[in-house]
Amino acid sequence: MWRYVLRRLLQAVPVFIGTTLLIYVMVFALPGDPIQALAGDKPVPDNVLQTLRDRYNLNDPLLVQYAKYMWGLAQGDLGENYTGQSVSEMLSGRWSVTAQLAVTAWIFELAIGIALGTWAGLRRGRLADTLVLGGTTLVIAVPVFVLGYTAQLLFGLHWRIFPTAGTDEGWPMSYLLPGIVLGSLGLSYVARLTRTSLSENLRADYVRTANAKGLSRARVVGRHALRNSLIPVVTYLGVDFGNLMGGAVVTEGIFNLPGIGQQVFQSIQLKEGPVVVGAVTVLVLIFLLVNLVVDLLYGVLDPRIRYE
Amino acid sequence: MTSQRGVRRKVAGVVAVALAASLGLSGCGGDEAGAGDGTFTVGHSEPDHLVPANTTSSYSFDVITELFDNLMTLTEDGKAVPLAAESVASEDQKVWTIKVRPGQKFHNGEPVTAQSFADAWNSAAYGPNAMGANSYFSYIKGYAEMNPEDEDAKPKADTLSGVEVTGPDTLKVTLNDPFSQFPLLLTYPAYAPMPKAGLKDLKAFDAHPIGNGPYMMDGDWERNKQIKLVAFPGYTGPRKPKNKGVTWKSYSSADTAYTDLRAGRIDVLQTIPAAKVPEAKRLLGDRFLARKMSTTDYLGFPLFDKRFDNPDLRKAISMVIDRQGINKAVYNGDYFPADSLIPSIIPGHRDNACGELCTYDPAKAKQLFDKAGGFKGTMELYFSNAQPTYAQWMRIVANSLRDNLGITDIQFRQVPASDYFSMLREHEEKGPYRQNWEADYPSPQNYLENMWGLDNRMGWENKQFNDLIAKANKAADQQQAIALYNQAEDIAVQEMPMIPLWTWAGQGGRSDKVDNVTITPFSTGLVATDVTVK
Repeated sequence: MWRYVLRRLLQAVPVFIGTTLLIYVMVFALPGDPIQALAGDKPVPDNVLQTLRDRYNLNDPLLVQYAKYMWGLAQGDLGENYTGQSVSEMLSGRWSVTAQLAVTAWIFELAIGIALGTWAGLRRGRLADTLVLGGTTLVIAVPVFVLGYTAQLLFGLHWRIFPTAGTDEGWPMSYLLPGIVLGSLGLSYVARLTRTSLSENLRADYVRTANAKGLSRARVVGRHALRNSLIPVVTYLGVDFGNLMGGAVVTEGIFNLPGIGQQVFQSIQLKEGPVVVGAVTVLVLIFLLVNLVVDLLYGVLDPRIRYE
Repeated sequence: MTSQRGVRRKVAGVVAVALAASLGLSGCGGDEAGAGDGTFTVGHSEPDHLVPANTTSSYSFDVITELFDNLMTLTEDGKAVPLAAESVASEDQKVWTIKVRPGQKFHNGEPVTAQSFADAWNSAAYGPNAMGANSYFSYIKGYAEMNPEDEDAKPKADTLSGVEVTGPDTLKVTLNDPFSQFPLLLTYPAYAPMPKAGLKDLKAFDAHPIGNGPYMMDGDWERNKQIKLVAFPGYTGPRKPKNKGVTWKSYSSADTAYTDLRAGRIDVLQTIPAAKVPEAKRLLGDRFLARKMSTTDYLGFPLFDKRFDNPDLRKAISMVIDRQGINKAVYNGDYFPADSLIPSIIPGHRDNACGELCTYDPAKAKQLFDKAGGFKGTMELYFSNAQPTYAQWMRIVANSLRDNLGITDIQFRQVPASDYFSMLREHEEKGPYRQNWEADYPSPQNYLENMWGLDNRMGWENKQFNDLIAKANKAADQQQAIALYNQAEDIAVQEMPMIPLWTWAGQGGRSDKVDNVTITPFSTGLVATDVTVK
């Protein structure tokens, strides 16, 4: 198994180089002059624009820019954005916000999602099942910004259970409401996957065998059926963790959480290559790592799966 | 961009609107912000820099004008009055003698002297420092030596030869040309003084500016979160704070900032999103704060394109724009249709200076249009995607051009905001374009010379106009200067190389915890020192 892990980690190196180059090229290809955009419509003399372009290597050809960036990266320097802030400083504060938000959302969708899915799966065709199916369909149908603003108005402004926005109250208070909003979509998928998978497995031969052996219901469901049913769920949860980290632009905006999603969004608009590449590269690494963990978990859930 | 995962369904939107409406009716106020410690909070967008000369962003000015006392400041009606200066005077409008009021201190205890101003200005004007407000120092003699035309040349000087420190508290400033508006220019935030400690490390200064103003930093700038200011105990100037401090909170969404105002989590919000204004008027009552602004929208013509050469064509287009109608349809009737090139809050504005040329009159417009020989080819209309309203009113303008002037071949050119100004700089536009101007300081000169003056964007040249501006810049008396600026304005109206459209309205609000909230339309913005906290 360790050889497998090592091989997967080594595979991450070319992926890392490929992604950074790809993102660098894409940001480079965006239209507009980021330095001129800084000034808006106020006059800026040409020599000042030129100095700024030199400072951020914007006069170099694309590959030279990229090589300079990678050279800095190799020395642990993520570079600066076009207002002279260090990218590593900009991102470090934001990662903690994003991580707290993503973990809150992820725990929410994992715990509640699997619980709801199991409940519905065990009561297939009955009221509980219909409720879960109906409820999750509704959540999937509503765009996240509607959900976000509505939750903010109801729980934040109207009933004042949670703060409306910002990070002043710290974890968990500031992150609960945005976490629930962000995780609600994933929760719906988790619940549905668990439900379908479980109700299918409950009719499998090995469950009938387990029942015939006279095992208790809890043991049949918990140890045999559910464990097997979780494989697609774990796959989804793994992929979704990456989404939660980088895809929370709207949620972060609504709840005024200065996280990575917001930063990447702003930086793409400002054409700030170093910031986008820095943030997205870390996201890619997280994706790779989480997926490795997911693959290893398969072996735990289903003993027939082994890695050489 | 990674999508917010979710499927848009109409029914969901309807549900949300219904919910929001029911919430609106039950609206509430609160007082959670601050904890009765005499401070208050303001919501705004994240500034780019806090080094005064390194920014032209009004979000930065919000904070900078509280931290620094410039030599001059503005009264509420836009007149320049001394602040850190004892006097600013000139015989010939070219050589200015400035006396700094003695006894002032920076927040770190360093005394404020004439040298503090000279040092800050030299640093701001030095090309290689690449300061955002660099060009605002181009009036001063010696600027050219610090900013060579040839982009790769090394500057010949690193100090402004026109700025001489003639005594501990006196400055002699020599300008390139006589400039009667210099005292107004001195109110611009870039002209703030800097302590020696700040000039040594501009990066540290950006995170923790040390000024001479009524407030000082309480800890460093917490990027994307907040900037905390507390009253500076050693302040000796005329604007002593009536509260203990002010915290500027950063919001990436204006809607969220407005929700936080309603929840009482911030006390002042200068800009309520346009879509929320009708609701805010109802919910906030007398806590809704409406104000005039200096930002004015214009429609410029690319005169380097011969099709737009005839002034009658340009006048005709101006006269088919229904400014009142657009204001009602797009801006809830809150904006101010332009009747002059200069907005009404600027001393020197004359009501109806534009007259019938800014009045909707399709019949007369058609006459002028025919007299000009009509228009051939595609009429391309340029605007950026920064605001959805631009596309809305451009469509109304296009309809009017079609219906009233018979121009049928019209194309919309919506350009990404990051690209828009580069496009205009390169003269790549092939038709009328939207642009706006926000006053740097309240003088007609700031509008006229920047937009219609030498090397203007339209490629309009008029010697008489330029001569009148130069003459006004030499005038000893402000009344006389304004009369000359107005004459110049009349020429620009008759030639109409750029059509004035409307002036923006500012719509803000306050919580019930604070009172005496004044927001000026100038760079001074919110008068934080006057705010009282309950």
